[in-house]
Amino acid sequence: MAQSAEGDLSAKPWLLMSPALAAVALLLVIPVFFIVVYSFWLRTAVGAVEAGFHLDNWAEVLTDPFYRDILFATIRIAFITTVLCAVLGYIPAYFIANAGRQHRLLLILLLMLPFWISYIIRTMSWINILGASGALNYGLMGLGITSEPIRMLYNEATVILGLVHFLLPFMILNIYVSLEAIDRNLIDAARSLGSTSWQAFREVTLPLSLPGLAAGSLLCFVLGAGTYITPMVLGGPTDAMFANLVFEAVITQLNWPLGSALSLVLLVVLGSVVALYNRFLGLGQIAKSFQ
Amino acid sequence: MDDTKRYQKLLERYRNGDIDRRRFLSLLGAAGLVAGVAGPFTRHAFAESPSQVRFDGWGGVVSEAFRQYAFDPYTEATGITVVDGTFTGADEYLAQVQAAGAGEFNVAHLSGVFDYARYHNLDLSSELNEDNIPNMQYLIPALIDVLREISAPTLSAVPYNYGTTGLAYNRAHISDDEMREKGSMLLIDPAFEGKIGGWGEWKTRIWYAALQSGQDPNNIEDMDAVWDNIRAHRDLALKYWSSGAELMSLLAEDEIYVTEAWSGRVRALQDQGHDIGYYDPPGGLAWQECLFVIKGSPMEATEELLNFMLEPEVAIAVAEGQFYPPALDPQKVELGELVPTLPAFDPTGTLSELSFFDPAYWNGNEADWSREFSRVQRGY
Repeated sequence: MAQSAEGDLSAKPWLLMSPALAAVALLLVIPVFFIVVYSFWLRTAVGAVEAGFHLDNWAEVLTDPFYRDILFATIRIAFITTVLCAVLGYIPAYFIANAGRQHRLLLILLLMLPFWISYIIRTMSWINILGASGALNYGLMGLGITSEPIRMLYNEATVILGLVHFLLPFMILNIYVSLEAIDRNLIDAARSLGSTSWQAFREVTLPLSLPGLAAGSLLCFVLGAGTYITPMVLGGPTDAMFANLVFEAVITQLNWPLGSALSLVLLVVLGSVVALYNRFLGLGQIAKSFQ
Repeated sequence: MDDTKRYQKLLERYRNGDIDRRRFLSLLGAAGLVAGVAGPFTRHAFAESPSQVRFDGWGGVVSEAFRQYAFDPYTEATGITVVDGTFTGADEYLAQVQAAGAGEFNVAHLSGVFDYARYHNLDLSSELNEDNIPNMQYLIPALIDVLREISAPTLSAVPYNYGTTGLAYNRAHISDDEMREKGSMLLIDPAFEGKIGGWGEWKTRIWYAALQSGQDPNNIEDMDAVWDNIRAHRDLALKYWSSGAELMSLLAEDEIYVTEAWSGRVRALQDQGHDIGYYDPPGGLAWQECLFVIKGSPMEATEELLNFMLEPEVAIAVAEGQFYPPALDPQKVELGELVPTLPAFDPTGTLSELSFFDPAYWNGNEADWSREFSRVQRGY
């Protein structure tokens, strides 16, 4: 009887976890498994797929400098975007965390508002702002600052701008969660011990909010590095990120095996970043943002 | 529809090769079993007409025209709903079709003979019963012949319209004379750096680069010269556009002054009051679009839809809505006042002056060239 009760107890966590495990298996593990299998297949001349065990795709992806260069460019763009989000996101997060309760709720609602609009529409809105006949050029010419439209669109800077626009709310939310959790007595104690506001911020608030900053940075980096819409809409002819190569391999060239190998490379690189983060900071902080 | 007719249709589908023997027998057995236990509920058997047909096209004004002039009246007449989706290119659509199950996608507004051959080579073609599409008699024979050559003796599509990918230019910055003088060389003219656009599609880029290097696009001998011209265009271009809507926006907003463009989209811009010129340079690219029925589709319903769409008044109305000449032969059908004014319209109905992709040549190079273009467009 006791053994049976013990058996029930040990099975219970698995039973409770089974829906989540099934979802992960169905939506993540099995698709990734298929992608792995596909990466060893080959595309035939007419665009069909030839099953088998071929290392051609992997040899190409791992040795061709073309893919390496785009991967580095992707990491660079995602890094710059993350830094900009961190710098630009901290101030509003701090402001929201220190606002009164009523205002805070309103500000968070406003922060969430962009999510109600399609990401593509939000990205395309920059065309109406930065375009040759966009609002900014219209204003500059109206003020007599310039006589001709300034070329602002379709370059790496606008790609980064679009990514910051897309990712900033994720950063603000994570920093806000960290800031809100800080015990105010600690700041009061620092002030009562003679520190200035700036010193209190630098010595108390900032260090304690670093986990949120790190969690936001991880999200921004991973989401930024995996995007392909933004460079497609706001980039010039040569502006591409690694996900664009996956898109082209799968959609344009109908080369699913090569696209699978490319997507696995991206998965491994971004997975490594997440693993490193988890090793040193833990993923728990990210979950708090959504609580 | 009674059970007898339903089973006759099932038999017909088996004989047409739409379903294999095993599936036919299992369906017949299942139908018998269900009929035995369910009686009147067997009205919704596999052989019955579908309640909807899926159509995929290019979206924008083309989609609007189809919806207004063809789909809604078809639904009213037959009770079959047309679910229409859009794609930005045949490549993207092909990826979706390959990932989907049989019968999920039915009719596609595919571009050119190139795509017809490609889809056929991938075993996605069906076999149309042309007796069910009597309106095919009005079509330009040249447009049908090139399709039949690929899938002889049967057809998997009916031609629907044709057009050109010529040169669009902002007449405030480029005169008609300058365009006629320089033609496709304007796409690599440094004087317009940052004001040049282009479709980010490998076939079009290669076609125009071949023209710029003085070669026949259907028989390129110096591919290095072609890639060099593509690089030159890339370095001068502001943006590769990827949809008709983006093309129209770039031209209308003065972002670009010159680009290759789809004739119908330019006509739409002109009708909106934009001073955009359009020019088909010597050897410029022409294409036809067809209504391709994908393998596994309910054939009778789709054939009925095709016949409905080929009804002269419907085809002309769609042509007027999308600004591309219909595939109707002007020698057989009176096309009204607007169609003869559309860009690329050929009053002879022979299309002998237009240059089309040679499907065998382009399909034979597709794997290498599309891949190389991916690199070249990224700066290599």
